[in-house]
Amino acid sequence: MRRAEIIREIRAYFEGEGFVEVDTPVLVRSPGVEPHLEAFAVLGGLYLNTSPEYQMKRLLAAGFERIYQMGHAFRRDEAGRTHNPEFTILEWYRAGGTTDDLMRDCEALLGLQTAARRLSMRDAWREAIGETYADDEAGMRAVCGRAGVRVAADDDWEALFFRVFVERVEPLVKAGGPTFLTHYPARMAALARLWPDDPTCADRFELYAGGHEIANAFGELTDAAEQRRRFEADLETRRARGLPHVPIDERFLAALLAGLPPCAGIALGVDRLVMVRLGLSDIRDVLAFPFDEI
Amino acid sequence: MTMYESSDIRKGLKVVLKGDPYTVVDFEFVKPGKGNAFTRTRMKNMRNGNVVDMTFRSGEKFEKADLEERQMQYLYSDSDSYTFMDTQNYDQIALQNETVGEAKNYLKENTVCSVLLFNGEPLGVEVPNFVDLLVTKSDPGVKGDTSSGAEKPATLETGFTVMVPLFVNEGDILKIDTRDGSYVERTKLR
Repeated sequence: MRRAEIIREIRAYFEGEGFVEVDTPVLVRSPGVEPHLEAFAVLGGLYLNTSPEYQMKRLLAAGFERIYQMGHAFRRDEAGRTHNPEFTILEWYRAGGTTDDLMRDCEALLGLQTAARRLSMRDAWREAIGETYADDEAGMRAVCGRAGVRVAADDDWEALFFRVFVERVEPLVKAGGPTFLTHYPARMAALARLWPDDPTCADRFELYAGGHEIANAFGELTDAAEQRRRFEADLETRRARGLPHVPIDERFLAALLAGLPPCAGIALGVDRLVMVRLGLSDIRDVLAFPFDEI
Repeated sequence: MTMYESSDIRKGLKVVLKGDPYTVVDFEFVKPGKGNAFTRTRMKNMRNGNVVDMTFRSGEKFEKADLEERQMQYLYSDSDSYTFMDTQNYDQIALQNETVGEAKNYLKENTVCSVLLFNGEPLGVEVPNFVDLLVTKSDPGVKGDTSSGAEKPATLETGFTVMVPLFVNEGDILKIDTRDGSYVERTKLR
């Protein structure tokens, strides 16, 4: 009941802001190539979508300006107190908007009376371990050593980064009240643009509230050639790690080539938002039928 | 050597890390947005009982702890160790006081226990759930105090003290639950 109320509030907010609700397919030909997201493959070379991002951006390229969508997305191998393989995703885009605009949307959806904290990734590391991350693998191993974080011999730079992040940085961010963690390292840009005045950082933030990470936002990358390079790099990482190959969404790249307006977009976990709004700590408490009960 | 992967992690799993045997006390799946997945664990060092938090990357491999349980008979103790004999091959082994721990309260000569071994090194000893022990000292119950539940202390042959009903006398044999150190019943009258 209270979940339904929150969902009504979300729709009312976006209607009030002049958004159009859209409905893009869950069954897709390319589910996203990111090495950390595993899609469910279904028969016929199709996949259950891990997020509606590609299709929604194609709508932006076609001329829509403010769109939102609330639907289900699917990610394999994710189950725990904050993860369910099938979850409700809220995704919205503002053509001509910035990540600052999205932060204000988030504050409204959380019902915050005052602005949430803005914290850059580098400052978060300095706060947690007294120094920021290193740019190369050897340097990161040294940082891990100084921070007292256990490493494995086969960890790559990213694994080392996330070890420190998960064990030392994120707990502090989570404990610090509603926070936008900004300025991700450029190599974690995913589909975000790099900051024009500091190309070592991506125009990307994640929202933390109530001890949970609940949203990920990009100032969107609109450069088709750069996007193709990142996809190829992701596929190379997948090959190196022995992960399944997934096809690149050529129609999405064609839309970028045809012209995606400058825009900002964000995906928010609705189940987690409901958890935060209701002060619950287990995702099972906000799902009618959690994965282990179906 | 059997290897585990992070996806094998569950409560009670026994692993070897840096040469020490650990058992998983608790675990949680964590995955930062668009980042590597990890399993955060709380592990208990089976040698010294220390509890540590350890995080494993998805796909990380680690060694299974080769543990063996052997039935051994308690023979005798001296100031710093307890000597047991393997009931199969009659090998004798001395367990340090720290390794025996609480079990010492229930150890009487010839008791057959289960000894946990890690590459031949004893990690702990499990006494049977119930043992019969002789009362060596217990003051008579106060006359007139017949309310149900009234209890008094009794010292057993191992030196351990339990709370017992007032009718128990020195020389009785009592059945003791070793899991919580409580009196169960009187099995033999003096």
